[in-house]
Amino acid sequence: MTNINKSEVLDSKMFLPASDKEKATAEVMRPSVGYWKDALTRLRTNKVAMCSLAVILLVILAAVIGPMLSPYAYDQINKGSENLRPNAQHIFGTDSLGRDLFTRTMIGARISLSVGVVAAVMISIIGILYGAISGYFGGWVDIVMMRIIDIVYSVPTILIVILLQVALKTPIDNFLMSAHAPEFLKKLGVGLISIFFVLALLYWVDMARIVRGQILALKEQEFVLAAKVLGASNREIIFKHLVPNCIGQIIVVATLKIPEAIFVESFLSFIGLGVSIPMASLGSLSQMALKGIYSYPYMLFFPAATISIIILSINLFGDGLRDALDPRMKK
Amino acid sequence: MLKYVIKRLLASILTLWIMFTLTFFLMHLTPGNPFLGDGRITPEILANLEAKYGLDKPLLVQYKMYAMNILKGDLGESIKLSGQSVVEIIARKFPYSLKLGLFSSAIAIIFGTVLGTISALKKNTAADRVIMFIVTIGIAVPSFVVATVSMVLFGVKMPLFPTVSHLDSLSSYILPGFALSFFPLSFITRLMRSSMLDVINQDYIRTARAKGLSERVVIFKHGLRNGILPVVTYAGPMIAGILTGSFVIESIFSIPGLGSSFVTSITAKDYPTVMGVTIFYGALLIFMNFFVDIIYRFIDPRINIAK
Repeated sequence: MTNINKSEVLDSKMFLPASDKEKATAEVMRPSVGYWKDALTRLRTNKVAMCSLAVILLVILAAVIGPMLSPYAYDQINKGSENLRPNAQHIFGTDSLGRDLFTRTMIGARISLSVGVVAAVMISIIGILYGAISGYFGGWVDIVMMRIIDIVYSVPTILIVILLQVALKTPIDNFLMSAHAPEFLKKLGVGLISIFFVLALLYWVDMARIVRGQILALKEQEFVLAAKVLGASNREIIFKHLVPNCIGQIIVVATLKIPEAIFVESFLSFIGLGVSIPMASLGSLSQMALKGIYSYPYMLFFPAATISIIILSINLFGDGLRDALDPRMKK
Repeated sequence: MLKYVIKRLLASILTLWIMFTLTFFLMHLTPGNPFLGDGRITPEILANLEAKYGLDKPLLVQYKMYAMNILKGDLGESIKLSGQSVVEIIARKFPYSLKLGLFSSAIAIIFGTVLGTISALKKNTAADRVIMFIVTIGIAVPSFVVATVSMVLFGVKMPLFPTVSHLDSLSSYILPGFALSFFPLSFITRLMRSSMLDVINQDYIRTARAKGLSERVVIFKHGLRNGILPVVTYAGPMIAGILTGSFVIESIFSIPGLGSSFVTSITAKDYPTVMGVTIFYGALLIFMNFFVDIIYRFIDPRINIAK
């Protein structure tokens, strides 16, 4: 093998310094766009998603400050103005006890939205932890954890939800009656607490599966190896390096869980297992309207329309978010 | 294939057992006595009643007793409807739910595949937009809203269909069937559309067209057969959805089915009925999922069953 001296083959005189004009062609023309900025641009151009976002913000605004501005309290019984049709004083009308339905619908939207958001947060926490541990450690840990997921997945959720609702009602009630129960929990009431509990317990499976899948792919990448070499602990690797890298998918799944939770809450309230009276949720309002459906159909119309609009707009926004944050998943 | 079937069967039985155990303990940890609602009950009568239904024995003994009875096909007796066994109640009421469920599933599958296919073939036309608009709404509106709104519109304002249904004529199926199938119909339409869009860009469709087959044969024989596969996987969730939907739909239309009586027995704390019906529904769902899984792997040989 002959040792070739490079300078003998390539004469340095063959090379010239590049002119300014030539340098200009290699220059970066556009500033580099980060992941979030790119996603935001994509989201902004999506008309459907932006309209849905506007509707969602409007509903949130009405749900948060609406009841404070209203001259009526949601549980205020107005004698003499029962079963009024929508009019100037009561724009959504009143129910059989004379309660203002506009205020009650706004309170209902507040309850439904908070159920959705709280459930999504709890589902995310449980799902991320579970999925990350399962995916990162792999091996038998993964096998056992995935078997558990399979079982939770194949158990008919809604039946268990109903059973849990029935079973949890009394213990939670007893806890709330006791002296050391926090005040804010008492305000929420049995129905809502058990709904949160039930949703957190049973609906984290999708999140865990997706996080696990992402982590399985990510943990083979070089930056994880680099972190390991630098002596990072497993916890640091999972929460500083792996989870932030799948935050896009996590946000998308969490957003799409909100309408699902609202669906479940309204279903449970509708069959009489949800929030306790005089608190109102959109499901329980619809259920109460059912009694007078032939004479007063407007009592059903407003809560039913509100719930449909909320679910529709969050669904559409979630789809837009998925297209923006995770273009590979675009349908 | 056989190995896979056995493995899935065992997994289904395990799931069913877990569900049974969960149901049993949840129901029994629930304080509150089903007899207390009746008022004037002396402690002696209460003790007798509890002895009759085995409620005075330790929980584990009750668990074992109940499990043995189930294996014999005995789900116990209803507490509220005295003298009736839970199996009798299921046998009497389930046919209504089954008929309505089958009707709704058929509507959802037929219209869903047809609308989805039309939507895919006429992508970005007015027809596609109208269909997609309707199904987007269908996915967002809860079934009780569909039921009540259609009841007011087509039962009261325009009395075309009966609002109290005993499922004895075709017209009495229309409203509850529509309410129950709107969501799965919409879901199937969306599934079918995206899968058909996938399929019609495949090479084998181009080949089929290139060799001069008529468009009808291309779509029905080559396109639809492959495009319908994702719909089969949705069958499991669809059955579960229709079943839960039936709880509210049957109550709204006063259908004397198992769904509405399940809801009433929950509020009445009729433990044996709630437990029996939950286990019955659970078994139904778990084994439907099992069959769907097997069928799916059977009709799509590309899936590696030995995996």
